Amino acid sequence: MRKRLLLLALLMLGAGPAWAEHPAECRVAENLIEPSFRLPRVTSALAAKQLTVLVVGAGSSQLPGSSGGGNAYPARLQRALAERLHGVDVKVTTDVKSGRTAAEMVKALPGALGAAKPALLVWQTGTVDAMLGVDSDLFSQSLDKGIKTAHAAGADVVLINAQYSPRTESMIALGTYVEDMRWVALQQEVPLFDRFSIMKLWGELGTFDLYSATKKLDIAERVHDCIGRLLADMVISAAKPEEPPINGSR
Amino acid sequence: MAPVSTERDLRLDLFRGLALWLIFLDHIPSNAVNWVTIRNYGFSDATEIFVFISGYTAAFVYGRAMRQHGFIVASARVLKRAWQIYVAHVFLLAIYLAEIAYVASSFDNPLYTEEMGVLNFLKNPDVTILQALLLKFKPVNMDVLPLWFPPMLWLLLRAPSLALITSASVYALMWLFEWNIPAYPSGTWLFNPFAWQLLFVFGAWCALGGAENLSRWIHSPVMIGLAITYLLFAFSIAMTWYFPRLAIYVPKWVGDAIYPIDKTNLDVLRIMHFFALAIITVAFIPRDWPGLKSWFCWPAIVCGQHSLETFCLGVFLSFAGHFVFTEVSNRVVTQVVVSLAGIAIMVAVAALISWYRQAERRGGGPRPPAAKPGYAGGEP
Repeated sequence: MRKRLLLLALLMLGAGPAWAEHPAECRVAENLIEPSFRLPRVTSALAAKQLTVLVVGAGSSQLPGSSGGGNAYPARLQRALAERLHGVDVKVTTDVKSGRTAAEMVKALPGALGAAKPALLVWQTGTVDAMLGVDSDLFSQSLDKGIKTAHAAGADVVLINAQYSPRTESMIALGTYVEDMRWVALQQEVPLFDRFSIMKLWGELGTFDLYSATKKLDIAERVHDCIGRLLADMVISAAKPEEPPINGSR
Repeated sequence: MAPVSTERDLRLDLFRGLALWLIFLDHIPSNAVNWVTIRNYGFSDATEIFVFISGYTAAFVYGRAMRQHGFIVASARVLKRAWQIYVAHVFLLAIYLAEIAYVASSFDNPLYTEEMGVLNFLKNPDVTILQALLLKFKPVNMDVLPLWFPPMLWLLLRAPSLALITSASVYALMWLFEWNIPAYPSGTWLFNPFAWQLLFVFGAWCALGGAENLSRWIHSPVMIGLAITYLLFAFSIAMTWYFPRLAIYVPKWVGDAIYPIDKTNLDVLRIMHFFALAIITVAFIPRDWPGLKSWFCWPAIVCGQHSLETFCLGVFLSFAGHFVFTEVSNRVVTQVVVSLAGIAIMVAVAALISWYRQAERRGGGPRPPAAKPGYAGGEP
């Protein structure tokens, strides 16, 4: 459906000095990670030199194994943010359990927000809802509710959608849920980290072999590394105070 | 009300055949070739065409059956057709379960531990299979078929206009009260039958004389102009989905008004998009267009004439195509080859069925000539 992105990506590869220091394999089309909305609460947290991020997610926000926690994207995000934000005390906490739907995460959200007091909530969801075929309207309502809860608790929100998973593509109908997240992000004016399109692009460009059947963790770790780095890029550029918002007219 | 003509309108077969090809292409995940399909250029997709034409031909075929053989015989034929569709559904489910079971036993990747949870239902097949037989468990891609169960058909054959009004009311009430049918393991039917019946009934209504009443309307330059304007609008909105930078040119109130465009409940924007396409098509391709009899259109027409078989085959081929992408190669060349091969197989099988039907009819002994059994029992 979004094959044209491939062409677009090829045209734009190599652009963008902001992420020039990343491994080449992490590069994606810049328009995939440019934030459409600002993160004002993160901006003020950065001014106060203290940034706390809460990552709420399901199974695709973690990696199996004893070192899984240190290699999954939340930990990579902390590292990338700390590298880029000199002098800021960056703390990333997680509330990640596999098999949770958006509605279940919303229920746990007040507690987790109260404990971590983050300036930013990174919310990964969609896969489990798609697997269970949760009603699309209910899914959108859960997203709305979660975003409002986070805003009320003083946290900005970045949504992360499902992973692109070519092997299970004919079994999990992600499309509706990916679209729902896009609409909700637009309506609630929060940035969406389009993990689905980014990974799809990596699959198409052959950056990562997402088809391979393997028990080894190497590809999974590199994918999470890139996601952590790109996510950090998006957060930092959305929190920059001087640049006018890209979608400022909305 | 009498059908407009006794001759089968080849345009219906042509566009249903094309719709079946597009559905096949759209059903192969990550297929480079599906950029040709219409859903990338507007709000509606091939499903609308398929459902509308199915309604049209159902009314055409069963309407004649009812007049010639009475209500009981026509109803029996409708039930027979429903049974055939149910069998097709179960057949496709068997293939789907085989594919899932294969993936479950052969695929392992720590990146996708969460996604592999989708295979959990294999752990209690008793529940899953029972739910599937009750039409509650409908995996990806298999959701169009149950649309063919329209309890409305009876009323349609009696009083088409009343049926259309009833159908539109059901559609409106569905939006008002958010009706849908529960699905397994949770959620609702992906194609809400309360919504999609409207297109089916509208198609049937057109077949039973409605199209004739509308024709002056449809051919007026104002309508054609409106249709073209709407298609251009839908096209420009669709472009902003692929180029997020363009999204800033969509005023916020437009976005608020049109999003989300709901496929489950057949959004009004989608119906209007389909109507616009239909108006343009009818205006520029007359019923007696010579191209319809040419070799060029024949492959699509023959597929459209055997739509149930071709649809099932298409779903099967899309599974098979996805299988080739995952197991052999997913290079763009392979995707093009697989897509073309799939369409070629669909055409070949449809041609074979066509030949088989004709051979059967010739050798099938005496039959009442007026009944035209090939159409009457066969192809709604």
